[in-house]
Amino acid sequence: MFELLGVSPQALFGQLLLGLINGAFYALLSLGLAVIFGLMNVINFTHGAQYMMGAFASWMLLNYLGVPYWGALVLAPILVALTGVVIERLFISRLYHLDHLYGLLLTFGLALVTEGLFRREYGISGLPYANPLPGGINLGFMFLPWYRAWVVAISLVVCFGTWFMIEKTQLGSYLRAATERPDLVQAFGINVPRMITLTYGFGVGLAALAGVLAAPIYSVNPVMGANLIIVVFAVVVIGGMGSIMGSIVTGFGLGVIEGLTKVFYPEASNTVIFVIMAIVLMVRPQGLFGTPK
Amino acid sequence: MAEAQLAVRDVHGWYGESHILHGMSFEVNAGEVVTLLGRNGAGKTTTMRAIMGMLANRKGSITYEGQELIRLKSDRIARHGIAYCPEERGIFSSLNVWENLMLPPVVKSGGLALDKIYQLFPNLEERSSSQGTKLSGGEQQMLAIARILRTGAKLLLLDEPTEGLAPVIVQQIGNTIRMLREQGFTMLLVEQNFHFAATVADRHYVVEHGRVIDMIPNSALAANREKLQTYLGV
Repeated sequence: MFELLGVSPQALFGQLLLGLINGAFYALLSLGLAVIFGLMNVINFTHGAQYMMGAFASWMLLNYLGVPYWGALVLAPILVALTGVVIERLFISRLYHLDHLYGLLLTFGLALVTEGLFRREYGISGLPYANPLPGGINLGFMFLPWYRAWVVAISLVVCFGTWFMIEKTQLGSYLRAATERPDLVQAFGINVPRMITLTYGFGVGLAALAGVLAAPIYSVNPVMGANLIIVVFAVVVIGGMGSIMGSIVTGFGLGVIEGLTKVFYPEASNTVIFVIMAIVLMVRPQGLFGTPK
Repeated sequence: MAEAQLAVRDVHGWYGESHILHGMSFEVNAGEVVTLLGRNGAGKTTTMRAIMGMLANRKGSITYEGQELIRLKSDRIARHGIAYCPEERGIFSSLNVWENLMLPPVVKSGGLALDKIYQLFPNLEERSSSQGTKLSGGEQQMLAIARILRTGAKLLLLDEPTEGLAPVIVQQIGNTIRMLREQGFTMLLVEQNFHFAATVADRHYVVEHGRVIDMIPNSALAANREKLQTYLGV
């Protein structure tokens, strides 16, 4: 078979697939952040902890209640979204009239508290979660594990489903309008505070779904979100704060770029996303898909 | 006399520390077109925002069809059948014309059907997939009025619907208001242009320093022209 710059196709496609998987997580997580930021102007620093809670919820459902992966896939995001609803009602909703920074500090603090509690209870060595879809298929040029194909497919479906809901439906038009003029949308008869609460719950649910998907791939571990979320924030900045399509395309795109960097110049693979972020901020500060304010 | 459809009594309102409404009181009867006239800063827009529940700090009494609104949130007030068309029109840039038109939910039966609305404002049908804010000023104003006609609201609060528009469009909006009046809509209008107000309204309230200082029936407008010019400082 062909070789490219001395790289075997197995290595190339293997890294491409890994890049796509990482991209699927970047996209799901930055999408949730974009939905929340777009409507609420809150930078949800608890997002990484909520991703971790999704993974833990599926581990707990399996080990304490015997609920298998496919049940957890639905239940865990709903349970974690409910904690998000409570947090929004109890804390975040009191900060809307204040500067952005307060929301950021609050959610950052909540992330530290949550991660601390899980670390105290479960340690940091990580808990195993069995792969619900073992095996795979040999495509000739590479081996494709079923579970990884499933993760890419489901996140594409969820990402574009969310995009469709926000850009093409009546409910989405309420969300977009409330992003611009919440007071006027409410004066038309729409309960905007309730919509904001549910939107936060939805964004949190997306993070938890990513956590459930991650559980069989990475070990379930209290700091799994803290490590990932920094990259995800870079993705959000590159895509443009609050842009739905931006977070999806940038999430997958950067995952792939990171994977390719691992093949061709492994030394840069940990920094390539941040280098891109710096370049984008210089050339187009509003992000690739953002609109200037 | 039967109770007024909208009764505003001794309403006080604040923006932060500044006290804008100082005991605003007036009434609008069902099927009437009533204007609030007054100089800039007299509190006309603030009055509309107080009725609509968009002014956080308000006191007094605002009743609609006998029900007290003063403590309700704005979405509950809208559900009583009151709709607001703001001075800045409030067309959403992230929504196209069709989405802008369909945005306000139907709150009561008896709103205008879509084909009726397109008959009134044919431009909106032609441009239904354009971005809302790409429309001309006149078209945006028509969109802002059109979208609240669908909802079944019977009391329309129109804040300066003719501001900054070409005479031919002002005329079209005047025709629309007269047509809506014939259909039984009640309208409260804020106007700077009292020549326009005189062509559509039944009565005029003169507002100064956050309260009503005079009421002039439209039929007596000519006789009161001089007084009105002192009020408005024109």
